[in-house]
Amino acid sequence: MTTQLTTVNGQQCPLGGTDPSTTALDWLRMRGLTGAKEGCAEGECGACSVLVARPDEGGGTRWTAINACLTPIAALDGQEIVTAEGLGTPDAMHPVQREMATRGGSQCGYCTPGFVCSMAAEYYRADRCAPAATNGTPVEVDDEHGPNGFDLHALSGNLCRCTGYRPIRDAAFALGTPPADDVLAARRSGPPPAAPATRLVGPTGTYARPADLPEALAFLAEHPDARLVAGSTDWGVEVNLRGARAAYAVGIDRLPELRTFEVADDRIEIGAALSLSEVERLLHGRIPLLDELFPQFASRLIRNAATIGGNLGTGSPIGDTPPVLLALEASVVLASVGGEREVPLVDYFTGYRQSVRRAGELIRAVRIPLPLSGTTAFHKIAKRRFDDISSVAAAFALDVRDGIVATARIGLGGVAATPIRAYATEAALEGRPWTAETARAAGEVMRGEGTPMDDHRASAAYRSATLGTALLRLHAETATPQEVGA
Amino acid sequence: MSSLSERPANAVVGQEIPHESASLHVTGLALYTDDLTCRTHGVLHAHPVQAPHAHARVTRLDPTPALEVPGVVRVLTAADVPGVNDAGIKHDEPLFPSEVMFFGHSVCWVLGETLEAARLGAAAVEVDYEPLPALVTVSEAIVAGSFQGGQPTMVRGDVEAGIARAAHVFSGTFEFAGQEHFYLETHCSLAHVDEAGQIFVQCSTQHPSETQDIVAHVLGLPSHAVTVQCLRMGGGFGGKEMQPHGYAAIAALGATLTGRPVRLRLNRTQDITMSGKRHGFHAQWRVGFSDDGRLEALDATLTSDGGWSLDLSEPVLARALCHIDNAYWIPDIRVNGRIARTNKTSQTAFRGFGGPQGMLVIEDILGRCAPFLGLDPIDLRRRNFYVAGQATPYGQPVRHPERLVATWDEVIERGDVTNRRREIAAFNAAHPHTKRALAVTPVKFGISFNLTAFNQAGALVHVYKDGSVLVNHGGTEMGQGLHTKMLQVAATTLGVPLSTVRLAPTRTDKVPNTSATAASSGADLNGGAVKNACEQIRERLAVVAAGQLGVPPADVRFGDGVVRGLGRSETVAWADLVNQAYFQRVQLFAAGYYRTEGLHWDSTSFHGEPFKYFAYGAAATEVEVDGFTGAYRTRRVDIVHDVGDSLSPLVDLGQIEGGYVQGAGWLTLEDLRWDESDGPSRGRLATQAASTYKLPSLSEMPREFTVSLLERAHEEGAVYGSKAVGEPPLMLAFSVREALRQAAAAFGPPGTSVDLASPATPEAVFWAVEEARGHGEPPHMTPAVEGAPGIEPDQLAADAHRLHPRSEQAAAGVRSGR
Repeated sequence: MTTQLTTVNGQQCPLGGTDPSTTALDWLRMRGLTGAKEGCAEGECGACSVLVARPDEGGGTRWTAINACLTPIAALDGQEIVTAEGLGTPDAMHPVQREMATRGGSQCGYCTPGFVCSMAAEYYRADRCAPAATNGTPVEVDDEHGPNGFDLHALSGNLCRCTGYRPIRDAAFALGTPPADDVLAARRSGPPPAAPATRLVGPTGTYARPADLPEALAFLAEHPDARLVAGSTDWGVEVNLRGARAAYAVGIDRLPELRTFEVADDRIEIGAALSLSEVERLLHGRIPLLDELFPQFASRLIRNAATIGGNLGTGSPIGDTPPVLLALEASVVLASVGGEREVPLVDYFTGYRQSVRRAGELIRAVRIPLPLSGTTAFHKIAKRRFDDISSVAAAFALDVRDGIVATARIGLGGVAATPIRAYATEAALEGRPWTAETARAAGEVMRGEGTPMDDHRASAAYRSATLGTALLRLHAETATPQEVGA
Repeated sequence: MSSLSERPANAVVGQEIPHESASLHVTGLALYTDDLTCRTHGVLHAHPVQAPHAHARVTRLDPTPALEVPGVVRVLTAADVPGVNDAGIKHDEPLFPSEVMFFGHSVCWVLGETLEAARLGAAAVEVDYEPLPALVTVSEAIVAGSFQGGQPTMVRGDVEAGIARAAHVFSGTFEFAGQEHFYLETHCSLAHVDEAGQIFVQCSTQHPSETQDIVAHVLGLPSHAVTVQCLRMGGGFGGKEMQPHGYAAIAALGATLTGRPVRLRLNRTQDITMSGKRHGFHAQWRVGFSDDGRLEALDATLTSDGGWSLDLSEPVLARALCHIDNAYWIPDIRVNGRIARTNKTSQTAFRGFGGPQGMLVIEDILGRCAPFLGLDPIDLRRRNFYVAGQATPYGQPVRHPERLVATWDEVIERGDVTNRRREIAAFNAAHPHTKRALAVTPVKFGISFNLTAFNQAGALVHVYKDGSVLVNHGGTEMGQGLHTKMLQVAATTLGVPLSTVRLAPTRTDKVPNTSATAASSGADLNGGAVKNACEQIRERLAVVAAGQLGVPPADVRFGDGVVRGLGRSETVAWADLVNQAYFQRVQLFAAGYYRTEGLHWDSTSFHGEPFKYFAYGAAATEVEVDGFTGAYRTRRVDIVHDVGDSLSPLVDLGQIEGGYVQGAGWLTLEDLRWDESDGPSRGRLATQAASTYKLPSLSEMPREFTVSLLERAHEEGAVYGSKAVGEPPLMLAFSVREALRQAAAAFGPPGTSVDLASPATPEAVFWAVEEARGHGEPPHMTPAVEGAPGIEPDQLAADAHRLHPRSEQAAAGVRSGR
């Protein structure tokens, strides 16, 4: 039922004897592949970044960079990994390595193999718009995109403490397209390895990846306390930093029934185990509010692993999808051996990291009703622009008809023990003209939403203050210029 | 021109080459200390038992439950120490403490067959604590009179007369945060013991000789029984200058007691909660200006937050005092310094070493006072620059102030500052919710260790029979490119191609008694020593070549891998000459030595010429602030910086850019939050992970980022005319803080002065915007007050210790000052 082999830099390596709590990073390092480093053990610094072969949307392979420090090696059973060592050697450097080395992209070098892997993933992105592919048409170059189509967000999960990043950006923007004989580029046209059913047993517990949903649900019924692990971006932190170990861990990230994507007339259904990167690509701009969220949701490395269902499953009050999904009036589909039920997200959260999800249930899908509201925005208040945790997150979905706010849906994170809807503020908006005065008056209501706290991210006063200015900001962003000063 | 600074034609120094390890970095083959673990057989792993109190007495410690955990091999406690139970050199840092001095202090260490076993063992150790009252903030320590170490005063002239003379007097306070180093590689040591009891510690350390000293004194061994090697570090930034010693000693102790290799690698949480950081400071000041905005007098008391033990706090404080003038002439000045003793990690060296803190005080004063004086901050700063003939408050003549002016003028011109400020004014008039500002700030930074004795270095250069060259020197590589520069120096001095020279890892059995690779001095000192060693060899080879070429030895020239006589076309290949010299029994290796000339410093009177020279620079930064949230972006940065004649331009450029961004991180984003409540986790660092302590990422990189090296900057008396570059650029980041202040002020009426907390997080900027809008003072800030004679800062108690570091008192104990 299982191969118990992982392919690393083209070589098959046995997993047997590995404890299920072992991260891919530690496993690689124990094998002598010490290019990937531990910098933080929580998916924030990217020094552990490696490439894995993942499905793209057309049946081929997408080289995908992930944090090896968060991923259990058991979850990579049967998969293909490429590390910095596998990309090139000092005598035959990979183009990414050459650009990084010659442009001063490394100083202490500790973060460098991780940067190289993240950069290589973007180098191999098939739809990256390279100069040769544009037939002379200028490529859109902005703060975050190079003339070669390189999206700097690909590096948002990699920290460098030495360089100040300018040479790294220059290296990224200098990359061409892979040459014809590039093995990893050629690999993209074939399918990635399937995710085999597997079971790894060790001293600390058992990791099991069922073959399909019924098997997973049966396993859950038998072991109701089993830890559901999808992208492992939350669980991996628990394992690394807080010593958490699961007697039973169930890998659900590759279950086909949880990786569906359907667009109907009245709703979009998103499989819970699709990674945020996959959801972003599948939606392709269909839900502008989610599009605004994606770049602000952690880093590309995390989004490549973290799933939309996982962000709801953890039940964190500062997860970034819940405010958006609340504003979109989404619901979750919960599955168990007893069948399925649909729960509106607004009824899903019951307390700090608690929800109505019962033992034996998992989130199969997220449903978003259509049509969408016309005026939407996602405001994330954080210390750092990207890859930070929200102090306050506010998602807005307003229908403004003939200048009047017909409906308002506002989801908030970071202001209570659970994500909440700002009902009082919604009421203060609905039926009123969408003017600065309405925004100001409703802002005063919004200032009082939730029960913001003082903590290391922000003071309660600041949280309340930014709740109070959020609608004015939304109005300034969405209204016509003459209305701005009003 | 001195022979030290004279640069030959076709020199390898000055060439723009990548880091010597770049191809290893990018391919993942460069080895760091922990990478050796999987290549070593039978390694034991060490894990600390960290105390959950900020201050407590250990009343009982029972390791026996840990020994029952499968895989646990040994628990190390104070009873195991054969030598001195101390991790520092001042005997105020017990390696195994009986009194917990900060939240997370390690009371003992567990050795396990695996890290998992050691972790579970550490959790099983039973420790009883009697909690004691804890001081967590500097303000609490000031109220409690809790100070440690010497208390220096720097005085010139008569500060009271200066204040009386001033047309405008302001006073205020400013408390600002420290900074976590967050080197990507955490502290790590791997210790072996051989059949004769010789200890070999591989360690991520900036100061191998001192690591060796501490390991020796903990083990009760002479120094010759301990060798420390540093392959390279994954970043240091000062955090591995003094802090690695205790961890290395634990690993060495474990290896000694078990006979097996011991690996001690801190994970990120342990590293942040246990190791020291940049000192936060509290500053209380009163300042006088003339009617035309010239500084007349400054009266200030700086209190640094030293944490629980002294570590490097005294020399850090000394450097803070020595840099409170930054680039400005202050005729009458009195600055008191003192070190608070608090229940926090023991704060330590961090790039700039107190200099940034001293300079931040004066830059904050100028930024706050400019609107009160009705002056453009650019004009206020410029008109107070030093001019030729003036000296610093501690008596050092300011040489080459015209270079400071040159960087300033050039950055204003290259940055198109005048036009852009006009555009910014127009933008601000049209945008009620968004404001921009552009600020320019200068840097003047003294180069050399304050403590004269540290300004020496050694090297050991081997030339093998085939002509290949191996360079050892006392400096360590932490990413700053020191090894790259040393290769260039050796190749230049010997006249050989770069490929002929190889660099060996830093080891205490090759070059002894080294100084820390710190104070930006690595290239100056070790470059001098490498050059000296190469010159000795070259002179011996010149005699051999002279015989062959038929010219006097003084007329032999080395270059491009060949040797020729002056004015002759005949050449001898380098390798042939070396081989010939071997058969003539000429010594082909040499120990080099260098000491910086012309330095003197009296730490008691706080007077002297501690610095070889000053490094200069100027930066212009433009920001944009969102009035709804305080969020901001850095739109453009222009820098002109003085590195002398660059030894390695790509390396220097990297140091300047990286220094700026790290400084910007300290001043804007990086937020050390300690639990100041009275709850059970009082004293706990709340931001102890990468998820809560945010470093600048790519998104914080300025959109436009242009760095120029000052031209015609030859530095007489420094190796090949170069200047140090490690620390000075960090302080170019004051320009981003001042730009944020001015952008926040732009939300108010013209002439608004705002107070800005440091770090200037979006929240801090938001409160500054609110202040500008007239909605009150930001939380935790006290306003600058105008009115003679101002509020006089605290004076030192009459019986306070002068700054005479205990480390300087013992004749042979000169180790920790800078």
